[in-house]
Amino acid sequence: MDTMSPLERVLRGIAITLVILFFMFPIFWIFLMSFQTNETILRVPPSIVFEPTIANYQALLTGRLETAAGTLEIRFMRNLFNSLFLSTASVALALVLGIPAAYAFARLKFRGSEEIAFTLLSFRFAPPLLVLLPLVIYFQQIGLANTYIGLIWVYQLICLPLILWIVRGYFEDIPADIEHAYRIAGHRWFTTFRKVALPLAGPGIAAAGLLAFIFAWNNFIFALVLASADKQPVTVGALAFVTASGIQFGQIAAAIVLSIAPVFALALYAQRYLVEGLSLGAVKG
Amino acid sequence: MSDATLATPPMRRFRVSRRALPYLLSLPALLACILILIPFATAVGYSLQRYRLSQPWAREWNWGQNYVDLFNDPAFWNTLRVSLSYAFVVVGIELLLGLGIALLLQRRTRFNNFVSIMLLMPLMTAPALAALMWKLMTNPGFGILSYFMALIGFPDFRWAASPNTAFLTVVLVDVWVYTPFIMILLLAGLRSLPQQPFEAAALDGVPRLFVFWRITLPMLTPYLLTAVLFRMIESIQQFDIIYAMTQGGPGNRLTVFQVEAYLNFFQATNVGRSAAILMILWVITYILSTIFIKNWLRLREKTRAGA
Repeated sequence: MDTMSPLERVLRGIAITLVILFFMFPIFWIFLMSFQTNETILRVPPSIVFEPTIANYQALLTGRLETAAGTLEIRFMRNLFNSLFLSTASVALALVLGIPAAYAFARLKFRGSEEIAFTLLSFRFAPPLLVLLPLVIYFQQIGLANTYIGLIWVYQLICLPLILWIVRGYFEDIPADIEHAYRIAGHRWFTTFRKVALPLAGPGIAAAGLLAFIFAWNNFIFALVLASADKQPVTVGALAFVTASGIQFGQIAAAIVLSIAPVFALALYAQRYLVEGLSLGAVKG
Repeated sequence: MSDATLATPPMRRFRVSRRALPYLLSLPALLACILILIPFATAVGYSLQRYRLSQPWAREWNWGQNYVDLFNDPAFWNTLRVSLSYAFVVVGIELLLGLGIALLLQRRTRFNNFVSIMLLMPLMTAPALAALMWKLMTNPGFGILSYFMALIGFPDFRWAASPNTAFLTVVLVDVWVYTPFIMILLLAGLRSLPQQPFEAAALDGVPRLFVFWRITLPMLTPYLLTAVLFRMIESIQQFDIIYAMTQGGPGNRLTVFQVEAYLNFFQATNVGRSAAILMILWVITYILSTIFIKNWLRLREKTRAGA
């Protein structure tokens, strides 16, 4: 690499610039748009020089949209709350269900454990609508239609396999001898699990939880099929918001910014674990 | 682990429950699993029934009739064609682009690490929201991309609204969101390769292109396979981007499997047909995921052994 010719250096520089431009420009542009009024957005030619306004964010936060036709109620904050609540509760449940199972799969090899683990993993790959469509009908019959509980349960489809497989990898990485030594010292199985295995796998559990949160937050299809307006997360809400507000492009952009900002923050925080999580533990970052 | 080491006196009390313990621990996850298998079995049942939400009284078993109808329907063949070409086109572009970027960023410099983290942002954007962003940018009235197209001589470029360019527009959004996925997987792979072969080749003055084809690519193959299969399984099921962008239109240009099934269920209220479409998609993804999991296990073992 040290033998790079000047020409190659220039070509590499151009390539990297183009890559950054392609992947960053949309985010940059939408971010700018969120601080503009319709007048500056609709200018021809478009320009990055404008008087920034926070009116779009104000309208979203207060839930009142002033239009020429009158005041419109927007429920975007509700969507934001739903995203936060659904993702947090789903991850919490997935951790409670997944950690003991991950430990069992990693440490206490038992008959059928691999088959069960694979069945769980295969849900990660099955078409979600295949499970969702019957649930539309079932949920109506058993009263789970448009409830948080129903949605949180369905979110386990994405959260549980992720947590199970990543955390299992972390448990497998802990030398079994440490736990043996602790147990030989006379501690119960559960104490060993709580005092030794859990803290050692802690970072892995945290990373898996953060990733599951991101996947749950970004999910679209579950809530599109199963939730009505008052339970919809931002992914579905923002889309409905477009038709509702129609011409207020700055507010749509602001809604997008508010919807993706939390995930960006988490991803930055957990970036060390992203590779491992995205590949379900197959590749280490 | 061996039972001999654990069967020391203090643990004797637990020997009875030791057998049941793993099952007990995985029971909650198992229950969740079974609860998901129920709707799955129901969907299989639906696919073998004549079942329309608008005519619940006419519901009856018709066994394979839904599948026969599908195979005789050009709309289904369109769905199959669109889904497959979508999957192959996006995975192909994302693989080439992702590999290229990974090679560019291979060296562990502060700048390269910063860029690779920045490039994760599209991947962290919810696909449905990414589609919305691109919709704003390709709006015929004020979209910046429409403006650029006008500048280079296409004043009436309609992006997702035109039957001629809708496919490419959606592919573009998919490439924007998922190329970073392949990039970081391959980057992690490249950086974990053993250095000796490369050092030896450099000492011997082997041409770089030769090194790439004969050393880098073969050693990277397991990572390439994992990335490609993973993306294949996901993109043949793509729903979010397509639905948010065009809802399958214009016309039937983008009625991929899940979009077609969704429309059949909610618009045509034809549950049986919708379930049959999804079952065919499930068979395809099942085959792909079996291959994927085998390859994935091998790679995982290698990673763990190296760690």
